[in-house]
Amino acid sequence: MFTNFSLVHIQVLLNGLLWTVILSMISFVFGGLVGFALALGGISKNRAVAGLVNAYISLVQGTPVLILMFVIYFGLPIVGIEVSSLVAASVAMVIFSSAFLGTIWRASLQSVARTQWEAADCLALSGWQRMGLVVLPQAVRIATPPTVGFMVQIVKNTSLASVIGMAEVTYIAKQVNASTFQPFTTYLVIALFYFAICFPLSVLSRRFERIYSVSRR
Amino acid sequence: MSYQFSFSFIEKYWPLLFDGTLATIRMSIIVTVLGFILGTLCAVASSSRHTSLRILVAIYVESIRNTPLLVQLFLVYFGLASLGLKYSAETSALIGLTINVGAYSSEIIRAGLQAIHPGQLEAADTLGLSRLQVLAGVMLPPALEKVYPALVSQYVLLMLATSVASQISAEELTGAASRIQSITFRSFEVYIVILGIYLALSFAMRGLFRLLGLLIFPRQRRLGTNL
Repeated sequence: MFTNFSLVHIQVLLNGLLWTVILSMISFVFGGLVGFALALGGISKNRAVAGLVNAYISLVQGTPVLILMFVIYFGLPIVGIEVSSLVAASVAMVIFSSAFLGTIWRASLQSVARTQWEAADCLALSGWQRMGLVVLPQAVRIATPPTVGFMVQIVKNTSLASVIGMAEVTYIAKQVNASTFQPFTTYLVIALFYFAICFPLSVLSRRFERIYSVSRR
Repeated sequence: MSYQFSFSFIEKYWPLLFDGTLATIRMSIIVTVLGFILGTLCAVASSSRHTSLRILVAIYVESIRNTPLLVQLFLVYFGLASLGLKYSAETSALIGLTINVGAYSSEIIRAGLQAIHPGQLEAADTLGLSRLQVLAGVMLPPALEKVYPALVSQYVLLMLATSVASQISAEELTGAASRIQSITFRSFEVYIVILGIYLALSFAMRGLFRLLGLLIFPRQRRLGTNL
């Protein structure tokens, strides 16, 4: 029954996996940049900035990534930007991951003890020195486990880019399925692909959690 | 930039949107309830003394949490059908989503169970409670109370994730949207409206869960805040 599914298909699928990884990296890097700005804005004393960040985060976290993909894909051409599905998917994923990374990092910054901020003030450090030398190094330790954990979400959600026609691994799998008619094998194979990327990240996230919670004890 | 926005499709197709919204709500409720039950069972199983049971749950949880929902739904709908297990798109979506959210719930509830102070268990032992009594009376209630906010977030995410069920042609809001846009060619406007509906649903869901939390957990009611 499974004779049609061959090594050639695995090869094609691996090619698609490369694009899954590329899209994931774009999402993480650019989503991270925007997310960091959001985190800083979120703890800002300026009410308006913090409010805007809050609104953005609850807007994005209250909408499905799938709909985000559609809105960007159909919306960008309206404002005159003709985009490929790769760009549309990247924009949607960056919006999605920035909101979640923003929340994670904002919470990490906020969970650095108040006294640390005050101590930095007492040492007459400037705002940037306080952030860069005192708060951030501690926040990074708190933020690392959930950030690595969230990478798993990013990788998994790139599968939704297949619905707007980006040729990542899920999209390729649909095509392989259409030609071999062996959905179980095909989707099991790409499930294993995803697992091979995500599981190490999950393990890493848990390990960081253990290391950092021990060192803080 | 000469694009004319037109939302006139709402007038004609609002019954489709309305039915889609109801279907999404129904699907979310069913999956939340089933997923919670499955998750609780798995969380309890993963703190059992039988190693094989713990390993089984770990395999289930890890394999679900590290693969995309879309692929899981494809496997349930197309994959199982090719093996002879044919379910309708709706049933497949319910099965797939329940299996998915069960794994996440299990992890969350397990964390709650682990956070229970050992002194509580020793006290329960001293009182001569049976294992089942300890579980149902001493461990689960405070564990669920502690992880309630995390569970709520997970179920809101689940509600949003039901949109993925449209990809296996299950009837729900996103499916209704793609039907309307294929008739009217107003893709952007349709999806903007849908986005608004999902947003409203997620806010409503958070509000309802907060009320439910006050109802279930009296301590929250008295303190007026989460633990």
